Amino acid sequence: MRHIISLLMENEAGALSRVSGLFSARGYNIESLTVSPTEDATLSRMTIVTSGSDEVIEQIYKQLNKLIEVVAVMDLSEGEHLERELMLVKVRAVGAVREEMKRMTDIFRGCIIDVSDKTYTIELTGTGHKLESFLQAIDRNLILETVRTGASGIGRGDRILKF
Amino acid sequence: MELTGAEITIRCLQEEGAEYVFGYPGGAVLHIYDALFTQDQVKHILVRHEQAAVHAADGYARSTDKVGVALVTSGPGVTNAVTGIATAYMDSIPMVIISGQVPTYAIGEDAFQEVDTVGITRPCVKHNFLVKDVKEIANTIKKAFYLAKSGRPGPVLVDIPKDISNQKTEFSYPSSVNIRSYHPAQHSCMEQIKSALQLLLAAKRPMIYAGGGVILADASKQLTELVHLLGFPCTNTLMGLGGYPATDKQFVGMLGMHGTYEANMGMQYCDVLLAVGARFDDRVVGNVKHFNQEKRKIIHIDIDPSSISKRVKVDLPIVGDVAHVLGDLLAELHGSKEKPDQQAIAPWWAQIKEWRCKNSLVYKNSDEIIKPQFVIEKLYEVTQGDAFITSDVGQHQMWAAQYYKFDKPRRWINSGGLGTMGFGLPAAMGVQLAHPNEQVACVTGEGSIQMCIQELSTCKQFQLPLKIIMLNNRYLGMVRQWQQFFHGNRYAESYMDALPDFVKLAEAYGHVGMRIEKPSDVEPALKEAFERKQQLVFMDFITDQTENVFPMVQGGKGLSEVILAEDL
Repeated sequence: MRHIISLLMENEAGALSRVSGLFSARGYNIESLTVSPTEDATLSRMTIVTSGSDEVIEQIYKQLNKLIEVVAVMDLSEGEHLERELMLVKVRAVGAVREEMKRMTDIFRGCIIDVSDKTYTIELTGTGHKLESFLQAIDRNLILETVRTGASGIGRGDRILKF
Repeated sequence: MELTGAEITIRCLQEEGAEYVFGYPGGAVLHIYDALFTQDQVKHILVRHEQAAVHAADGYARSTDKVGVALVTSGPGVTNAVTGIATAYMDSIPMVIISGQVPTYAIGEDAFQEVDTVGITRPCVKHNFLVKDVKEIANTIKKAFYLAKSGRPGPVLVDIPKDISNQKTEFSYPSSVNIRSYHPAQHSCMEQIKSALQLLLAAKRPMIYAGGGVILADASKQLTELVHLLGFPCTNTLMGLGGYPATDKQFVGMLGMHGTYEANMGMQYCDVLLAVGARFDDRVVGNVKHFNQEKRKIIHIDIDPSSISKRVKVDLPIVGDVAHVLGDLLAELHGSKEKPDQQAIAPWWAQIKEWRCKNSLVYKNSDEIIKPQFVIEKLYEVTQGDAFITSDVGQHQMWAAQYYKFDKPRRWINSGGLGTMGFGLPAAMGVQLAHPNEQVACVTGEGSIQMCIQELSTCKQFQLPLKIIMLNNRYLGMVRQWQQFFHGNRYAESYMDALPDFVKLAEAYGHVGMRIEKPSDVEPALKEAFERKQQLVFMDFITDQTENVFPMVQGGKGLSEVILAEDL
C-alpha cells in the first residue's frame, strides 16, 4: 500500500543521504522524496512517498526514527492529510493549439508562466493523480518536457508534525 | 590556554577515561599522533593492520563495559578499518573510531589518501561526524562517546581533517550532552510489565530466549534471578552465551543453526516465549514461516524498537533497557500474590528432558586422531571454565560455543552478526589488555588465523601472553561442511593448501609454537601452554579433517527439522 511519510530532521550536511541510504540499503521503495528547510532554519522537512506491506511500513517508520538526526516522524497516510505536488510542463504551442492549451490550463487551474513563440510553460499544482490527469488530457505529442517536485504532505487540522 | 585540535582530541579521550587507543599512524593523523606522544595517560597500541585496531578495540569493549577506541588515518586506513567497524555494528559494540581526513580545503579534489569516510562508513556505524571546525571537536567527541554507549550501543566515527587537527582554540570539555533528536528508551510502562508477568505465569510450556542484549546491558544477574524464580528453561543465542550460566540445570544450551536439540525444540513448541535482548535472526529461528506454524505468545524485551516485530511478529513488545525491564519484572513478581506454578510446567520439563536425552552434542571420540570438540572440552577443563575465549568464524567457533560452558558474561567474544574471519586474534589482544591477569585464549582455525596473523607481531611488542588454540583441519571447515551437505561433495576452493609451519611461524614472531597431533597429548599440551603465563603460545592442533558441526538446522529449514550426528 502507498504511504506518505513526513519527517523533521536536523538541517545538516549528509542528512539526506542518511535517509536515502537507509531506503536503498534495506530495499525499501521510494516513489518520491522532497526535502527543504523549514521556518526553523535548523530543521529540514522531508516528505517520502513509499509503498510496502504493513510490516515493511512499520520497519520504515522505526528505522527512520532510529536515525540519530531524525527529530520526528509521522505516517501521514494513517490519518487525514493533504498532499500537493508541483509540476512544470513545457508544451509546443503554435497556431490553434495555443488557445486549446490555455483552456486546458484554466480547467486544471494551472497557469502559464512562460511564453515563447512556439512554447508555453505551464505550472500546475495538485495531487499526483491530478497532474497525471492533465498529462492525459492534452496531446502527448505536444509535451516537450515535464518536471515534478514529488509530493509534499501535511496533516489536516490538528495533526501537526512539530518538534 | 589554546590547544590544537589534535591536543583537544587526546584531552577528550583522557576525559572519557580511555585507557587504550588501538591504531596505526599515517599522514592525516600525524598531528594527533604528535599529541599522543607528549602524554602518557592514554596508551597507544600499535597494530599491524587497521582492521586489527578496530577488532582489538572491539574485544576490549566486549570484555569490559567500556567504549573501545581506535585511531586510523584517512583513505586506506579507513577502508581497512571498515570490516572492523561493520563487525562492531552488527553486534552493537560501543566504540569510537577517530579517523584522519585530508585537509578541508582538499576535500573533494581526489587528494592523496582521500576517501569519503563518512559516506563509506554510513551504513555500518550508529552515527558518524565530519568535523569542519576546531571548536566542534570537543563537543563532537563527547557526543560520539555518548551515542556509542547509550541506547542500543554501536560504533561511532569522528572524521577529523588534518588542518582542523592543527588549528587552535580554547579547550573545555562539555560536562553533559543533549541531542534533541535522540532519546533512547529507558523504562517501559508498568502496564506492559504486568501483562508480561500474567502471560508468563499462565504459561504451560514457557521458554526464555536471551541474546547479546543481556550482556550489553549487564543484565545477567537479573536474568538469572528471574529464570530461577520462574523455574523456566532458558536458552542463549550465540551472542548471549554467558548471559545465563551454562552449567545451570535450567539452561538448555545454545539455540539456532547449531543449537542443541532441546533448545530448538523448546523454542519451536513453547506456548509463551520471553525474548530478552535478542532479535530472532535467520541463524536463530531459521524459516520464519515454519516457526510461525506453531501458535505461541511472544513477549519481546529490547532497547531497539526496530528489532521488535522485524522478522517475527511479537504479541507483547517491551521497549527499554533490558536490565531495567528485567528489574521491573522481578519487582512485580516479588510483589505479586500469584507465584509460578511448578506443577503446571512439570510435563513441559519432562518433555524437555526427553529431548535432552537425544544428547545432541555427542560426538565419537578417537584415540588416533584429535577430535576438535575434544580440544574444546579439554580447554574448558584446563582453564576451569574461567578463561576469556575469543574466536574466529567457522566450525571452530561453533564448537567453542557448544562445548565451552560459559558461566559468566563477557567471557565469550566472537563476531556473531557479521561473521568476520580474522576477528579472534586482534580481539584477544584487546581482551588481554583489559584483563592483564586473566587467561585469554583465541580459538581459531588455520583459515581464519591467516586473515590477521600479522598481529602476532603486536602481541610480541606488547607482551600479550595469549593462548592460540588453532583447530587445524586443513580445510575451510564450515565451507567444506556445506559443500558436503549441499553441493555434492564438490570441495571448491575449501582445501587449505601450502599452509605455513605454524610452529616455526610463531617462533619467528618470538613466541612459543606447539604442534599437537595425538589425542593423548591434548591435555598435557594445554596445561603446559597455560602454565607459560608470560608467553604467547601458538597451539597447532592437527584435527580430524572430516568432522562436522552438529546439530544442524539448514538455512531455510525450521527449528524442528534438525540434522543430528546420528542421522548421518
